[in-house]
Amino acid sequence: MRNCNTSNGHVPGQAGSRTVVSEQLTSQRISTAQIWAWLAEVADPEIPVVSIVDLGIVREFRLRENGIEVDVSPTYSGCPATEVIEQDIVIALERKGLAPVSIKRCLSPPWTTDWISEQGRRKLRQYGIAPPEHGANKRELMRGTRSIACPQCRSLQTTCVSEFGSTACKAAYKCDDCLEPFEYFKCI
Amino acid sequence: MTTHSDVEQARLTYALRLGDNALVLGQRLIELVAHHPELEEELANANISLDFIGQARLFYSCAGELEGRGRTEDDFAFLRDDGEFQNLLLLELPNGHFGDTIVRQVLFDSFYVLQLEALVSCTDAGIAEIAARAIKEVRYHLRHVSQWLIRLGDGTDESHARVSQSLLDLWRYTGEMFSGDLVDDCLRDACNGPDLARIQEQWHDNVSALLKEATLDMPEDGWMISGGRQGVHTEHMGFLIAQLQHEQRACPGASW
Repeated sequence: MRNCNTSNGHVPGQAGSRTVVSEQLTSQRISTAQIWAWLAEVADPEIPVVSIVDLGIVREFRLRENGIEVDVSPTYSGCPATEVIEQDIVIALERKGLAPVSIKRCLSPPWTTDWISEQGRRKLRQYGIAPPEHGANKRELMRGTRSIACPQCRSLQTTCVSEFGSTACKAAYKCDDCLEPFEYFKCI
Repeated sequence: MTTHSDVEQARLTYALRLGDNALVLGQRLIELVAHHPELEEELANANISLDFIGQARLFYSCAGELEGRGRTEDDFAFLRDDGEFQNLLLLELPNGHFGDTIVRQVLFDSFYVLQLEALVSCTDAGIAEIAARAIKEVRYHLRHVSQWLIRLGDGTDESHARVSQSLLDLWRYTGEMFSGDLVDDCLRDACNGPDLARIQEQWHDNVSALLKEATLDMPEDGWMISGGRQGVHTEHMGFLIAQLQHEQRACPGASW
């Protein structure tokens, strides 16, 4: 964790309007579970059915005398959602009166699809995205296409149409039985 | 004798070179956005270039911290002249045709995967953690472009002839990947950095196996072009930098 870049999570020009209610609330004692629940309300901007907690992007947080510091792991180096997610966390927690919110970006250990929760996997499947198979090790990554179950009909007769999908984290598949196209959240 | 400040300087230069490689190749691939013949490859290319740009940002931020003079990722990307970039010459070459682009990517990714694997155990924690993040992405890229190379090499007479020529054209740029200088030596000896001689052997074996599968002949090693690490670039670099930096040079500090 020692090389995490600390960045001020404030969104320029917007902070003032959102921090009005903060003062009376920070003095209250707020349980850890409550904060996790608030964080779990923050949706992934690209796959809004899953929360950033389901995806394992939020690693931990520390309540400070004044405000809170949240550790987040970016998914891919070039993921354009990273900044949006950080802003959304700041907005969500400040609305609950926790301010100031600072974000610590943690590269180590690197985020892996193994951190996606069971609930997250279920939600992905219901949304029509095949969740990652467990085990994002090197062999898995290099093995090439293997049977991915169709999220609609569960058939294993599926074909990879494209290794890269609408975002870096997904590949495009189609089901050879029900003929539905679907996306696969690939292991990394 | 290697002093403490030599090691500090080597770490900084090494991080910048990694950033330069990633940025220059990412910029080249971005030029191809909206130019691909099919949607699937369009998505692949855009995603791959985005990964490289993301890696460049991380390496530049790391370099900024090592330098300690307040320079940001944007300063390194947009406010240095071409002579200050230390990327491999292979990466700044124009995209050429699809086969050229794929061959360039295969040759570099085959090296980059090995370089990142070695950097994961480097004692510079900043570089090592970016390498651990990036290696997962680059393995996936390599798998993708390797499949293309096999299809093109083992495809039609036309595609076979074209990628064979791409290989011959680009081979002379591969030597630079393994010709280390004092910076590489210092990182290897003081920070458990990559051993380029060992990487070259592995690269040779891996590329040779892939070319065999693609029914392509491995070119003979001849005279190799180098200079990128000394800031001596091909004539293509100035144009690349001009396009990359125009906005920031014309409207300093512009943001959106």
